Amino acid sequence: MPHDDHHDDHRHQIPPDPALRVKALETLLSEKGLIDPAALDAIIETYAEKVGPKNGAAVVARAWTDPAYLERLRADATAAIAEFGFGGRQGEHMVAVENAPGVHNVVVCTLCSCYPWPVLGLPPVWYKSEAYRSRVVIDPRGVLGDFGLTLPEETEIRVWDSTAEIRYLVIPERPAGTEGMDAEALAGLVSRDAMIGTAVVEAPA
Amino acid sequence: MNGPHDMGGEQNYGPVRPEPEEPIFHAEWEARALAITLAVGAHGRWNIDMSRFAREALPPALYLNSTYYERWIAALEHLMVKHGLLTAEELSSGRPDGGAKATPPLVAERVPEVLATGGPTSRPARRVPQFGVGDRVRTRNLHPATHTRLPKYARGKTGEIVLAHGPHVFADASALAADAPAEPLYAVRFAADELWGPDARFRGSVTLDLWEPHLERT
Repeated sequence: MPHDDHHDDHRHQIPPDPALRVKALETLLSEKGLIDPAALDAIIETYAEKVGPKNGAAVVARAWTDPAYLERLRADATAAIAEFGFGGRQGEHMVAVENAPGVHNVVVCTLCSCYPWPVLGLPPVWYKSEAYRSRVVIDPRGVLGDFGLTLPEETEIRVWDSTAEIRYLVIPERPAGTEGMDAEALAGLVSRDAMIGTAVVEAPA
Repeated sequence: MNGPHDMGGEQNYGPVRPEPEEPIFHAEWEARALAITLAVGAHGRWNIDMSRFAREALPPALYLNSTYYERWIAALEHLMVKHGLLTAEELSSGRPDGGAKATPPLVAERVPEVLATGGPTSRPARRVPQFGVGDRVRTRNLHPATHTRLPKYARGKTGEIVLAHGPHVFADASALAADAPAEPLYAVRFAADELWGPDARFRGSVTLDLWEPHLERT
């Protein structure tokens, strides 16, 4: 190690069109019996249609409205999230980090793209981008500015770099003026970005 | 490995550009690339840390010039040849070499169960952990030529343990060999000015998950 044999074939050629390359690979793997194309469809259906940030929003809204649930979430977020039936791949070990007056959390994976799939779905392109991964640990206020978010100067910013298999879910602050709303209505206010930490939750106008 | 993937604190990559109403996949091939990677991974010839290492080990210029799923596919092709699922000739010709047809380990019916189970990395404790919450620790100055989860920007820095996660499979070792031992894992918080000195432009901290072999007592 590392890799005397590694990737030299790529160094002297222009990568082929990825759509053709992936199609050829899928065909080859199917002909060899190494993959079941129907399993690919099932995987894609899961992340395209079933798993997404609505899951995380339900967890956040419950944490806002049910103090006993919030305690369980603090004690063991993986178990508390599993109460909704959410868990598994890329969410095996969950930790919830709570925003509070004067404290704002934001999550990144500087080394790759680690992200809590069972509660947020697959990560957006910006989360995986060089710009976000490089800059949010050294200039989080600048990054939040790219999202149109300006926090008070005195706010403490806690960046979480997901360097292991622990996945972090930001619990945003519940906005003022939402006292009359139930959990379902509240969940509708919680965006994906608010659960990563690049947005806050606003009360409905 | 000190490579372009380890980009925390790098500069000049420009602004972050959120995409309104972003689709989950920007092209059908991206969805297939994700699904092929998961389905081939079910053969169990390599683990997720080996996958990550293979992506990081792409030549730096290729890494930076590739989109996310292009990296996945390039790494997957490498792993399949290295671990004997395909030959280089099959990969370049696109035609099977005529051997017996295999049985896929992941069939559609099992997908929900497999995704819902995932691959937990926590392991039973083998010994008393060396550190606990509240301890001050310093990260070691390590530059392995292999996979590591201790990023460059956090080496040789002093921080405080804020969470003790218990023993988890040690990714640095797991990327090199199956059945690597677990090591105690901690969330370690570093003040912004400890990491960035006078150029820290925010009040706050960065917290990383680091294993005991990354850490030493202050």
